[in-house]
Amino acid sequence: MTALHDLGVADLSRALAAKATSSEELTNHLLGRIAAQQALGAFLEVDTDGALAAARAADARRAAGGSSPLLGVPIAHKDIFVTRDLPTTAGSKILAGYRSPFDATVVARLGASGAISLGKLNCDEFAMGSANENSAFGPAHNPWDRSRVPGGSSGGSAAAVAARLLPAATGTDTGGSIRQPASFTGITGIKPTYGVCSRYGMIAFASSLDQAGPLARSAEDCALLLSAMSGFDARDATSAQRPPQDFHAQMLQAREGASAAKPLQGLRIGLPKEFFPAGLAADVGAAVRNALAELETLGATLVDVSLPRTELSIPVYYIIAPAEASSNLSRFDGVKFGHRAAKYTDLLDMYKKTRAEGFGAEVKRRIMIGTYVLSHGYYDAYYLQAQKLRRMIADDFQACFRQCDLIAGPVAPSVAWKLGEQGKDPIQAYLADIFTLPASLAGLPGMSVPAGFGGSGESAGMPVGLQLIGNYFDEGRLLHAAHALQQATDWHRRAPEGC
Amino acid sequence: MAAPLIRGYEVVIGLETHAQLSTASKIFSGASTAFGAAPNTQACAVDLALPGTLPVLNRAAVDRAIRLGLAVGAKIAPLSIFARKNYFYPDLPKGYQISQYEIPVVQGGSIGFLLGDERRTVNLTRAHLEEDAGKSLHEDYHGLTGIDLNRAGTPLLEIVTEPDMRSAAEAVEYAKALHALVVWLGICDGNMQEGSFRCDANVSVRKPGAPFGTRREIKNLNSFRFMQQAIEFEIHWQIDQIEDGLEIQQATVLFNPDTGETRAMRTKEDAHDYRYFPDPDLPPLVIAPEWIEQVRASLPELPAAMAQRFQTADGLPAYDAAMVTQSLATARYYEAARDACGQPKAVANWLMGELSKRLNAEGRSIADSALAPATLAALIRRIADGTISHNAARQVFDALWSGESVDVDALIEARGLKQMNDSGALEAIVDAVLAANPKSVEEFRAGKDKAFNALVGQVMKASKGKANPAQANELLRKRLG
Repeated sequence: MTALHDLGVADLSRALAAKATSSEELTNHLLGRIAAQQALGAFLEVDTDGALAAARAADARRAAGGSSPLLGVPIAHKDIFVTRDLPTTAGSKILAGYRSPFDATVVARLGASGAISLGKLNCDEFAMGSANENSAFGPAHNPWDRSRVPGGSSGGSAAAVAARLLPAATGTDTGGSIRQPASFTGITGIKPTYGVCSRYGMIAFASSLDQAGPLARSAEDCALLLSAMSGFDARDATSAQRPPQDFHAQMLQAREGASAAKPLQGLRIGLPKEFFPAGLAADVGAAVRNALAELETLGATLVDVSLPRTELSIPVYYIIAPAEASSNLSRFDGVKFGHRAAKYTDLLDMYKKTRAEGFGAEVKRRIMIGTYVLSHGYYDAYYLQAQKLRRMIADDFQACFRQCDLIAGPVAPSVAWKLGEQGKDPIQAYLADIFTLPASLAGLPGMSVPAGFGGSGESAGMPVGLQLIGNYFDEGRLLHAAHALQQATDWHRRAPEGC
Repeated sequence: MAAPLIRGYEVVIGLETHAQLSTASKIFSGASTAFGAAPNTQACAVDLALPGTLPVLNRAAVDRAIRLGLAVGAKIAPLSIFARKNYFYPDLPKGYQISQYEIPVVQGGSIGFLLGDERRTVNLTRAHLEEDAGKSLHEDYHGLTGIDLNRAGTPLLEIVTEPDMRSAAEAVEYAKALHALVVWLGICDGNMQEGSFRCDANVSVRKPGAPFGTRREIKNLNSFRFMQQAIEFEIHWQIDQIEDGLEIQQATVLFNPDTGETRAMRTKEDAHDYRYFPDPDLPPLVIAPEWIEQVRASLPELPAAMAQRFQTADGLPAYDAAMVTQSLATARYYEAARDACGQPKAVANWLMGELSKRLNAEGRSIADSALAPATLAALIRRIADGTISHNAARQVFDALWSGESVDVDALIEARGLKQMNDSGALEAIVDAVLAANPKSVEEFRAGKDKAFNALVGQVMKASKGKANPAQANELLRKRLG
């Protein structure tokens, strides 16, 4: 029999409904695994008592006839979401010990849907990073090879789901922070269209880019979580005003002209030539092409398209995101909450020492970049120019979507790298975001779907992710294609050795 | 009329006014805007800028901005943008203030008013929505600074003029007209002591025909008197500097009411770089024509239109019409009294004269006048029908004001103030006065008009004020003629 921790959200939901297990049993089981895997660095905070109490309450609700897909299913939250019951740090010393008086909307909605929160997950400080090495509370490790990074910034979420400590977790994606760690750890993650999930209670990194989304082991599980997490929220003025969505139903809905053998008949998948450059790691390229061939077998047609400003998305992103971050992080000033320097001579000294002590190197770097590009005399050349290019990047996607329904390519140019490997050169790390940034800048939904494993040398056996990008609010079609692929392949079912 | 020169210089003034909008809740949160609560009891998670909080625009603040825009004939921007003004200060919780910067909601427009009896118009550059900061409290905290965030997030409309004013008096009259308008429109309570209406004055001087001089900005003027004093001091200070051969440095200055002086608080060199950029948390403010029409339909008759109506329908002179429409309460009082007595000009005279003198002296507003419009109307009726003289009416007014009675006729009766309408008795008094003042009579006959007035005065005195002055005049002329 399959172990409890191998079951995904949909399977657990069925097992709980069939009384094959209880939420308490499941929660206890996973808490045991979490305790045994502390060295993975996935969790910053584990809420043993709270989780067990919630699990028992969920069991009681079920006994009383209650039922919903997530009732009693354990999850955990990236520590960028504020929570009333547990501290929230955003991976930063400046918030060490901070307690929010309210829950983030995403946290509250998942709680209301019956999901059990086991705790808070490690992440890069203020979600700035792509390796989880910028967390003030130590790195998280990749369960497939503990000497490697799990990706970032939702590294703790990805590591925990990949290591079978959790069936699913929340994450956030500003420039790839759900898709890239999902890719690095062989799991499935979706960043929905900007505005689908409320940002209320998500500690802001770059407000015009930040989006919440789930990381899980299948597209189906992502669909279940996303349905519960998403929806209009009057407390977020950028949240999309539309009725609640059942992404699971949308995922299952058969498309016109499709058949059991060819569920993707009629689906046109665009391959931007810029997503397959000469510099793409050979094993990544091979795995992605292999997955694309599977999609073709399932009925999809592959179309050549172009996103000519793909390379420009790097400078554009690394101007806009730091600009917004420099302003968003101003509230961490030692006056109202969080860390305040113990000794200072005057107000300015208090600000300087508090922020110097509280923020890590990458956060400081981005505050400085952001401050610079917004400064008088530089604003037009950097920020304004970047905004113009951002619009052109979004237009490029629309041009592609006249030729295709989805866009596909790799999530990252390589598989997960070794811990410490990119620490010396931030530019190298920025360049590795090239394939995830365009969809972020355009506000489009994007997914990472397991597409096999690296096959050469040292990186052999490391997971590779296929990225699928859809048009605005086309999450249903994205999930449908990913689900079809997962029905035909088993890459997403593979577990790291020893997990 | 050309601008008055001061010591040979022309004065150039532009005003920026912060009007606190009278919404029940804050501009970007649901917390109350009520004044005077215990520190930090009216600041919610959004106002405290707790991590994860986001601003959501209060449409009631936009309604009020549109009201002002329509009242001043401005363009209401179909799309305007909220920006972040970034700077660190302990009473600025987010480390930035949300304010409209490049594209404000109200663009252009003008405000007309009387300066003396001259009609003036000041053009507006813009009016934009923004949030207020909190307050730093430097007393009572044992050497530490207290932060009160109750005011943080209070909605403000910053109304900016072109540099159109040419004297302190004109700036004050503009500010009064704007103050009256925002109160009239019901968008601001106008309470200057509580900071609901405060002005910054940009002042410069130049030789006539020269380009604009360098300006200094006097911050936070929260009374019309201080505004007058501060601007006048500033004008002379600037002229002194220039006459001494010194250059004016662009600066922000504060007015000290105790010394009556302005003093620089910071110069251009240490000006902040606010790093404005569009706030990504707030979508552009889109105002559809229907929204504007909805607000337009709810607008009261505006002061200028009402003044025009009083001129044409009631025959008031322009000055009087402007005076009785200085506030909605005054206009309502005028209309009620006018309807009750049918004497528009007399009502206006009393309103501008005795009544406003009393109100000013006691620091009361017309809304809590001791005299109801109907009472004033009853008094005016008794003057019009010749029952009492103006002099007697003033005595009745005093009694009414002091609350002795509200019955005009009873007071006239009780004090014996009825005019002498018996012409025989008056003739006797006139004859006696002429007999007793031969010198005046002689002077009058020699062509001195003043002598006639002296004789009228004597008649009034002899009748103990009860003579009808018009009748006395007529009789005297007849006898002397």
